[in-house]
Amino acid sequence: MHIDIDEIAKTFGATTALRPVSLNIPSGALVALLGPSGSGKTTLLRILGGLEFPTSGRVLFNGQDATGMTVQDRRAGFVFQSYALFRHMTVFDNIAYGLRARPRGQRPPRAEITRRVTRLLDLIQLPDIAGRYPTQLSGGQRQRVALARALAIEPRMLLLDEPFGALDAKVRKELRQGLRDIHDETGLTTVFVTHDQDEAMELADLVVVMSMGRIEQIGRPQDIRSKPATEFVRDFISA
Amino acid sequence: MSDTALPRPAFRVATDEAPLLRIVLIAIAVAGLAVLVFAPLAVVFAEALKHGWSAAIQSLGNRDARSAIQLTLLITAIAVPANAAFGIASAWFITKFDFRGKAFLITLIDLPFSVSPVVAGLCIVLLFGANSAIGGWLVANGWPIVFAIPGIVLATIFVTFPFVARELIPVMIEQGRAEEEAALTLGASGWRTFRTVTLPNIRWALLYGTLLCTARAMGEFGAVAVVSGKIRGQTATMPITIEMLYNEYLSVAAFSMAALLTALALVTLLLKTILELRHADQLAATRRH
Ligand SMILES: Nc1ncnc2c1ncn2[C@@H]1O[C@H](COP(=O)(O)OP(=O)(O)OP(=O)(O)O)[C@@H](O)[C@H]1O
Ligand SMILES: [Mg+2]
Repeated sequence: MHIDIDEIAKTFGATTALRPVSLNIPSGALVALLGPSGSGKTTLLRILGGLEFPTSGRVLFNGQDATGMTVQDRRAGFVFQSYALFRHMTVFDNIAYGLRARPRGQRPPRAEITRRVTRLLDLIQLPDIAGRYPTQLSGGQRQRVALARALAIEPRMLLLDEPFGALDAKVRKELRQGLRDIHDETGLTTVFVTHDQDEAMELADLVVVMSMGRIEQIGRPQDIRSKPATEFVRDFISA
Repeated sequence: MSDTALPRPAFRVATDEAPLLRIVLIAIAVAGLAVLVFAPLAVVFAEALKHGWSAAIQSLGNRDARSAIQLTLLITAIAVPANAAFGIASAWFITKFDFRGKAFLITLIDLPFSVSPVVAGLCIVLLFGANSAIGGWLVANGWPIVFAIPGIVLATIFVTFPFVARELIPVMIEQGRAEEEAALTLGASGWRTFRTVTLPNIRWALLYGTLLCTARAMGEFGAVAVVSGKIRGQTATMPITIEMLYNEYLSVAAFSMAALLTALALVTLLLKTILELRHADQLAATRRH
């Protein structure tokens, strides 16, 4: 699914989180929103996911206006910064949540849910943790469960807010590759937020550099490196 | 190596007090508890059983006493669920939305704790009494509030309102909105999210608040005394009946009723303790402080 962001702006009371920004994300792309703290990355991601609504501007999915579409109807697989796993549910129930929440007619039968959850646990390479609670998992395991939970709803796109933010360097590297593999396997249009430029450059097809609610540059990693469009991008990349 | 002969220095954790001070502190705490909590409890039960079990039980068996017990249980059965619902709604509203005047609203929730129950009762009389516009209309239509059960229910709800909300607000603030948002992105409706995510996460705080609310609802005196009119056999709750019996020098009857009321409150506390012990691991998992 391709996503068009058309002159989206967002203010919270007196603070401007996003000045009008525009961005076209081709179907199946892996896009990084890169920028310093407070630059509006999370706000933009939440607007795509339907958790926040823009003050002005439009969002289009496959060319259709989706600005007012509810969060449920968007079917965006969202991975939260702190993962937001349901703490009172086992890993199995966490991953099955989205399938069980479907309206009766579209809900898969119990055996089918079990089959899908098992397959997702295999996909994230954690086949044996179905019965555990989130508090009994390591940070890296939680992140992967959050990813599996988001994938379970057969999303139309994948949105990840600093998916590797809370992890140590070694685990980050492993999970980076994991995300790349899952992206390549599913072909889902994927947007992830990061303030780590190595992560953005290494992983993404397209990097969007943001600062103070503005998009400074959109480009392939090598282009951003070799031809920084603004002073800010040059400084940020060389930092 | 010769370190085996070295005397072990006596390390003391920084937060440990000197032994003497510790003993003094414990003694003060125990003495305080004994004088302020255990002694009155013991006196209540001793006075009730002064003339033996049969006298005590007989005094609880007469018509007015039975009516008082039924009334108190009825009022509690209405006020506690109502306050649980109000408490959840207001805690949810306060923690899940950003709006102006939030701090003011939180203060407002505490109001029943700071206003004297008698004043609260008087307000209800002024608002709904037969001399007010609303009250006059209600009485004319056969729905008296004051000196009737609805007034007692209102007074009890007002006085015990903060218990549930105050337990829930800190827990819900700490938990934030992320899990609810996650449920919504997974396709769950608002109601489903509330049922399957919000409610399980607050269930312990809700239980605590509800139990405290129950104990207080059964024992409320001041506000109820003003609005009930103290009609024996009709609007006299257990605490009101205790006072009336005591004023009539019927001390066995008064203390028997008091002992029963105390026992009901103790059962509530016992329930809370049992649940805490049985679900200690889950309590730790949901990190309730
Ligand atoms: N709910 C909100 N209420 C008020 N202001 C907000 C809210 N959410 C974000 N903001 C403000 O909008 C701006 C952009 O925030 P945003 O969270 O999008 O930044 P970010 O790029 O994700 O930063 P970080 O890397 O620190 O997560 C900030 O100035 C922030 O204070
Ligand atoms: Mg952010």
